[in-house]
Amino acid sequence: MGKAITPMTQANFIRRFRRRKHFVTLWRVLIFIMIFALWEIAARTGLIDPFIFSSPTRIVKAFISLMPGGAVFMHMGITLLETFISFVLVFVLGIAVAVILWWNRQISDILEPYLVSLNSLPKTALAPILIVWLGNNMKTIVVCAILLAVFGTIINLYAGFATTDPDKILLIRTLGGKKRDILTKVVIPENFPTLIGSMKVNIGLCLVGVIIGEFLAANAGLGYLIIYGSQVFKLDWVMMSIIILCIVAALLYKIVDLAEKAYLKTL
Amino acid sequence: MNKVLEISDLDFSYHTLSGETKAVSKISFDVYENEFLGIIGPSGSGKSTILSLIFGLLTPTAGQIRMHTKSGADETAIGYMLQKDHLFEWRTIYKNMTLGLEIKHQLTDGKKQLIEKMLHDYGLDAFRNAKPSQLSGGMRQRAALIRTLALEPKMLLLDEPFSALDAQTRLSVSDDIYSILRKEKKSAVLVTHDISEAISFCDRVLVLTTRPGTVKKILPIRLSVDSKTPLKARSAPEFRQYFNELWGELHG
Repeated sequence: MGKAITPMTQANFIRRFRRRKHFVTLWRVLIFIMIFALWEIAARTGLIDPFIFSSPTRIVKAFISLMPGGAVFMHMGITLLETFISFVLVFVLGIAVAVILWWNRQISDILEPYLVSLNSLPKTALAPILIVWLGNNMKTIVVCAILLAVFGTIINLYAGFATTDPDKILLIRTLGGKKRDILTKVVIPENFPTLIGSMKVNIGLCLVGVIIGEFLAANAGLGYLIIYGSQVFKLDWVMMSIIILCIVAALLYKIVDLAEKAYLKTL
Repeated sequence: MNKVLEISDLDFSYHTLSGETKAVSKISFDVYENEFLGIIGPSGSGKSTILSLIFGLLTPTAGQIRMHTKSGADETAIGYMLQKDHLFEWRTIYKNMTLGLEIKHQLTDGKKQLIEKMLHDYGLDAFRNAKPSQLSGGMRQRAALIRTLALEPKMLLLDEPFSALDAQTRLSVSDDIYSILRKEKKSAVLVTHDISEAISFCDRVLVLTTRPGTVKKILPIRLSVDSKTPLKARSAPEFRQYFNELWGELHG
């Protein structure tokens, strides 16, 4: 006797789809729990030194101890604010410069080697100079984050703009359109996916830039907390800040992702 | 009959670092009101270049192009249809049709009514909010034509507008476009590499030589069919004779 074959009905299909989805979610949660459980056990049994490696419970305690007066949230808020400001500025600057380069071929030809070398330069090398030039303040941090993300954004967007379907550009010209119409009716809409893609990268890069900036020039923010914590051997603070950073990074990415989905729905 | 377009002694050369290439030379012809003129020629003979010159996308090296319209030489007098429809996927069909009007800042109530009428007349009413990808090749080309006609051009330049379609769709779409253009009383210049298409669509056919393209012959087409359409034209008794003659001109 052969095994009865379950026919693939719509209901079966949906059931199978859900089962797969649940399986993925289940494993995600399990891995999360396992990492933290192992960490905690290792710390408690003395396998690792909790003073150096911290532990989940110590992190929670550190979090609670920093809660009164909202110190943790103040540091988080400052890092988020700096990230947000630099993200917006990178976005605006990136588009503006890419449009200028697209508009004037001569300018883009002249600037190309500069952009390429600036893009491949490790921007962290500039951070010490920025402190000297701009001072030990938020300006330095925001500029640091912008420098980290903006050149890649410009190059990426310009590459997209420059390879816009020439036939679509021709169409605009046959409808009597000028360069401005080509930009607003074809180049920008066609490159919207590139734009979103670079925003997704930028949100992460800006956060990296902000943390680097805070390492060097800050008296607040999660980067500052990490550096300060390591200097005074409060490694619970360091670990806590890193965990918060993970959550913040994931949330920021999710926000851009949701913005993309919302936009795609209007299409 | 009134002339809509008068072209005399047109020369055009392309310039590259490796040298100058003469694309067309001493081109002269006229287009009359309500007339469809076909241009055929071997590839590289400058067929599309001539359209670009007429529209003003390219500037001739020598010669003259004169448009005769009430408003004089006004660029809205000419509509241009390309090989592919290039409908924008990020716009609905309706929004694609208004693209030219938006560019020219002419999206008036009168123009909107004109689009409404054409949407209805040409069977696209139900698809106004659809995305281009939801339409068949023929419907897309009709939508592209409405986008061009919304600007109310006196004359149309058709640059192999059917060549991207499959053989069957091609015949029915060329029938469609033909009757729409006749109904809207337009003049047209059709560039094609397809001899049959030129004979069935046009009132006169101009044959170009190989590069640099010069006018080899202009052949008037007279077919004995009632109420000509491109499809009916193909069964006209004179069709084969014209075909052979043009074939001879192209390959002789």
